[in-house]
Amino acid sequence: MATVSVPTEGRSRGLLRRPTATTGFWSWITTVDHKKIGILYGVTAFLFFIVGGTEALLIRLQLAQPDQNILSPSIYNEVFTMHGITMVFLVVMPLSAAFINYLVPLMIGARDVAFPRLNAFSYWVFLLGGVFIYSSWLLGGAPNGGWFGYATNAVLDPTRGMTFYAIGLLIAGIASTVSAVNLAVTILNMRAPGMTLFRMPVFVWMSLVVQLLLAFSLPIITVALFELLFDRRFGTHFFDPVAGGDPVLWQHLFWLFGHPEVYILILPAMGIVSEILPVFARKPLFGYQFVVFSGIAIGFIGFGVWVHHMYAVGLGPIANTAFGISTMIIAIPTGVKIFNWLGTLWKGDLTFPTPMLFAVGFVAMFVIGGLSGVTHSVVPSDYQQTDTYYIVAHFHYVLVGGAIFGLFAGLYYWWPKVFGRMLNDTIGKVNFWLMLVGFNLTFGPMHILGLQGMPRRIQSYPAELGLAFWNLVSTIGAFMIALAVLVFIANVLVTQRKPKQMEADPWDARTLEWTTSSPPPEYNFEELPVVSSLDEAWHRKYAETEDGRVVPVPAGGSGTEVEHDGGHGDGIHMPSPSYFPVVASVGIFLLGYGVIFSWWLAAAGAVVLLFGLYGWALEPSAE
Amino acid sequence: MLESPGSVPGSMRQRGGKGKVRKRLTLVLGVLALAALAAACAPNATQDAMNPQGPYARESYDLIVPVFWVAAAIFVLVEGVLLFVVFRYRRRKGRAAEVPPQIHGNNRLEIAWTILPALILAGVAVPTVTTIFDLAEEPTGQVLEVNVLGHQWWWEFDYPNEGIITANELHIPTGEPVYLTLCSVGLGYGQQPTPNDCQPGPPEGQAPAAVGDGVIHSFWVPELAGTQDVVPGRTNTLTLQADHPGRYSGQCKEFCGLSHAYMKFVVVAHTPADYAAWVANQQADAVTPQAGSLAATGMDVFLNGQCIACHAIQGLEDANGNPLQANGGPSLTHFASRECFAGCIFHSADPKQLAAWLENPPAMKAGSWMPDYGLSQEQIQALVAYLQSLT
Repeated sequence: MATVSVPTEGRSRGLLRRPTATTGFWSWITTVDHKKIGILYGVTAFLFFIVGGTEALLIRLQLAQPDQNILSPSIYNEVFTMHGITMVFLVVMPLSAAFINYLVPLMIGARDVAFPRLNAFSYWVFLLGGVFIYSSWLLGGAPNGGWFGYATNAVLDPTRGMTFYAIGLLIAGIASTVSAVNLAVTILNMRAPGMTLFRMPVFVWMSLVVQLLLAFSLPIITVALFELLFDRRFGTHFFDPVAGGDPVLWQHLFWLFGHPEVYILILPAMGIVSEILPVFARKPLFGYQFVVFSGIAIGFIGFGVWVHHMYAVGLGPIANTAFGISTMIIAIPTGVKIFNWLGTLWKGDLTFPTPMLFAVGFVAMFVIGGLSGVTHSVVPSDYQQTDTYYIVAHFHYVLVGGAIFGLFAGLYYWWPKVFGRMLNDTIGKVNFWLMLVGFNLTFGPMHILGLQGMPRRIQSYPAELGLAFWNLVSTIGAFMIALAVLVFIANVLVTQRKPKQMEADPWDARTLEWTTSSPPPEYNFEELPVVSSLDEAWHRKYAETEDGRVVPVPAGGSGTEVEHDGGHGDGIHMPSPSYFPVVASVGIFLLGYGVIFSWWLAAAGAVVLLFGLYGWALEPSAE
Repeated sequence: MLESPGSVPGSMRQRGGKGKVRKRLTLVLGVLALAALAAACAPNATQDAMNPQGPYARESYDLIVPVFWVAAAIFVLVEGVLLFVVFRYRRRKGRAAEVPPQIHGNNRLEIAWTILPALILAGVAVPTVTTIFDLAEEPTGQVLEVNVLGHQWWWEFDYPNEGIITANELHIPTGEPVYLTLCSVGLGYGQQPTPNDCQPGPPEGQAPAAVGDGVIHSFWVPELAGTQDVVPGRTNTLTLQADHPGRYSGQCKEFCGLSHAYMKFVVVAHTPADYAAWVANQQADAVTPQAGSLAATGMDVFLNGQCIACHAIQGLEDANGNPLQANGGPSLTHFASRECFAGCIFHSADPKQLAAWLENPPAMKAGSWMPDYGLSQEQIQALVAYLQSLT
């Protein structure tokens, strides 16, 4: 057997012929290039963003006025559930994954991730997981028990929706787990010479923390989802109190995953902002080690606060006290980050192109989400606020004002690197201001609505509660956000018509990805960079004199301008494209349907999966 | 707030019409006044966490407000610094790019802005913890005990010491703590002939599957207390109290399926004397309608149809001479004494709503466990008359 895996000269001994396309449709299907996969993640996440946003608009239309029935209760429940699932699992996570996939190898001076085919596999499994969940609309009803899927309601619901939820999230979980291991290994093992851990950009650090959070939290939700699936499909009683189960078990498992998940969503955006603020302040990040350590601290403490989602469950005053205090503690490292960002801007030479606007907007909005978050640690306040629109306001300030603003900052910042064209800055500014105003109109009033007595997840509310005015304002704001997203799409289309010629380093930036061409070649760097400091790219361009002044390094003295004769990546061996990741992921996809509809289909899926894995094992990673 | 729609045209007529413009102006003002009136009446109907009407709600409120001001101060400080920095250090028009001094950090500042927030939070933690334990304490002295049962999608209130079972309206005396024991029940409990006792697990002699279909609800009447989840298999408690007589709106707060939005209730606080009168009325058997009246026909329809499979009326007997005790649906003994029904979303006094409900409940409220029994219009009218006679 050992001889089988050794490629013979000239042709592969794999089960399928090695794909050869380098452009066009099949090159994208079979690619193992981390940059192409990053773009695939980004495009897919953005499409889901439009779908999830449309669901949000439907919710806001339904709630614009009291006593409306634009969406029936059954459809409304499906729409708000799918909005949550989509935005968490199919938008913010994969959009972060897009940045992490694309940028981490470039930032650490590597040619690709540690396991390129696994990387492709992660993407395809994620995509098909999303398609699987969405296909439920056509196959007997979408999930309707909330993204949090509380037992026993999620078990007892007679439609197929929550079975799709359980299997779909299990599939998406496979993608995230595989990719977490892959990227953590990449960051730990693939750094360029001299790129010590404390010379890594903060974005890479935050990516590493996120991968570890994923690796430790996903197994928990996996267990919970299997139990839910078994309760629904095979008649087990994990969550059935009558048979000795406990619905609160689901809540513990879900939030023990779900709270780290919140940091999985926000830390990449924090990393992005930590890259952008120094570039447009032309200063290094203030307190680099403190920003890194506070990110690690947030990751650790994030596993110890989950009961603040459950104060009203009745776990008793001691549990509520302990988790109230741990929730207060997690505010401290979060505050440290904010203060360090302010310190970065202090005495800087600030300019405000669109990425900087979004980054500063992130800081301003995240402060609000952070402060309202601290109010949840005050347990008796939360007895009133829990499950109201106050909570909806809070986490949208974190996940939209925070994560989405940060990701948009990243889109505008790295767009020229990825696509070789600069997004239009004027349109970008319109995009930003529309989004900022629309966002605050949408979610600011929800604080008031929650305290006025509007619970979450209600399809309608009676006129006499006096909630109509702020709900209408909120709906208007939501449509402004939609307009802002349309402006972004217009910006992309306008930009697409410009010629593709971009210098390597348009922002005068600080990190390694800006030392290679825009877009980078498939092999990223002609010669792997040798790193001698934090902000390596900056230090190749500028030097500090004895008296602390900063002077440009003379031309030719830096590594960036060095031309390599005949340097077209000749002699660099990159991993070859492969069919097997996509084949294996299709197998998982079919298996998922099989569990719901037919064991024959499951068997077929298993065969495809085995074929994919077998062929994968036989195929050498590069030839 | 329910009384006024007719009053506006009346008041306009008194003022008389001196020209169309003035009439229209009066109309506009009248509508505005009505809106203002509705707003002024609002405390009667709102469920506003910022309007505490009893000591338990006030405990939460007394933390929400000071914590808000602390957060507001930090908000102003941080956003103020951010705005200052953005304006002070932006590159002025016409100024060339320059490289500012490369400051890498400052350990003293780092320590300061780690410790200072920790101290503020410690200050917040002290009243937080004491209040958590205060609220968890079981009230002593004169206490009214009520079992609260969350159904899909209505609330049942069982007064074990008074022998009263009612639905969607919790009546309490003012100035006295009300100690609630909350549990979730599924439809299966409806087959049980004994009153609900808020115990988890299947009642003796009953197959587990029939009672295992309760879901999580959450009991929330913000003007009187904080939230308490109602969890299958768990017996939770909550104390609430009202200072003044009045109606306090509440609703289920945890997503509990199709009609989660329509699982409301109201707490009616009476003076102790009025409360005693209410108890006496609720303890009495149901009123028997006059022979030959439409209501009497309705009682026959009730006793001979499907109704008694789920609904009890105290004082009536089934064909075998057994008292009605089914409790899958709300007890109807004093139906007409309640202002609302079906999760407190319809008015009991409105014969049209009641008739529409009896005709096709799931069409009125999504997922209603009470099906359309195909009653004739005559049967419906008779039942409406009977139900509205049950004061």
